[in-house]
Amino acid sequence: MMERYDIHRSIPAILLALLVAATIFYAFVEVGFGEPEVDKEDSVSNRFISNSTQETGSSNFVTAVVVNYRGFDTLGEVTVLFLASAGMGAIVSALPAGDKRKRPIPPSLILTAGTRLVLPLIILFGAYVFVHGHLSPGGGFQGGVIIASGLLLYIVIFPEWKAPHKALALSESLAGLSFAGIGIIGLAVGGIFLDNVISGLGEAGMLVSAGLIPLIYIAIGIKVGAEMTGLVARMKGGDA
Amino acid sequence: MMEELFIALWVIMSILAISMAIHAVLSRDLIKATILMAGVSLIASFLFVLLRAPDVAMAEASIGSALTAIILVLAIRNTKRFEEGGGEK
Repeated sequence: MMERYDIHRSIPAILLALLVAATIFYAFVEVGFGEPEVDKEDSVSNRFISNSTQETGSSNFVTAVVVNYRGFDTLGEVTVLFLASAGMGAIVSALPAGDKRKRPIPPSLILTAGTRLVLPLIILFGAYVFVHGHLSPGGGFQGGVIIASGLLLYIVIFPEWKAPHKALALSESLAGLSFAGIGIIGLAVGGIFLDNVISGLGEAGMLVSAGLIPLIYIAIGIKVGAEMTGLVARMKGGDA
Repeated sequence: MMEELFIALWVIMSILAISMAIHAVLSRDLIKATILMAGVSLIASFLFVLLRAPDVAMAEASIGSALTAIILVLAIRNTKRFEEGGGEK
C-alpha cells in the first residue's frame, strides 16, 4: 500500500508522537470522561452562565462572551481575517491571469436547477443564523460562512459568473467600519470601548434585545460572508 | 442504557474519524485526501454536538468541511492532482 520507509528515520518521529501522547494523557487523565472539569460555585464559567443574561440581555451566553465580555478580541479576530483575505487577494491577483485550460464537463441540468433553488434558502439561513446570534446557537462568523458556502456553490456550478469584487469589498469595509463605530459609540456614551450601552432595551429572549450585540453580529456576518466569497472567487481565478 | 449508547456512538465516530485521517495522510490522490479531511471535520462537528457545543459545531461544519475543502480543491485544480513518488495511487 505505501512505500517502504527507512525505519531508522522514523524512530525520532515515533518517539516524539509518543511523548506528546503521554503528555496529553497525563494532563487529562484526572478529568473524568464527559464530566465538566470545573463545577465549583465560584468558577469563571459558572459566573458567565448565571450572570450573562442579566448583564448583557443575550440568551446565548456564548454570544455574550464572544461579543460583549471579550468583544475586543473579536474585533482583533475580524482584523486577522481581513488581513488574511487581503494578503491572499494580493498574492492571487499578482499571479498570471486565470487558467485557460480545457473546460471540465459542464454541470448537469439537475445541478444548475438545484443550485438556483437552494441558493436563496442557504443565504436566508445564513442571515437567520447571524440575526438570531444572541438567541440561538451560531452567530456572525457561522452565518457569514454559511452565506459564503452558498455563494461558493454558485461559483463552482456557474464558472462564468463574475463575482462583484467592488461590491464585496465595499460591504466588507462598511461592515468592519460599523463594528468599530459601534465600539466607539460605547466609548463615547459608556466610557468603555464596545460597551453595551443599550443592553436594557427589550426583553431577554426576544429578537429585539441584548442591545448592541445583534448589530455587531450582523456587521460581522456581512463582513465574513463578503470576505470569504471574495476570497474563494479570487482563488477560482479566471476573473480576478 | 443511554450512557452506554452515547459512549458507543462516541467510540465509533472517533474510530471512523481517525481511520479517515490516516487514510487521508497516506493517500497520493490529493482530491481524495481533501474529501477525507472534510469528512473528519464533519465527524468532529457531530462530536461537538454530542458535547453540547452547537456554536462550535456550526463553525466546524461550515468552515472545516465546506470552505477549507473547496479552497483546497480549487488549489489542487490549478496545480497537480497526484502526489509525486511511488506508493498508492
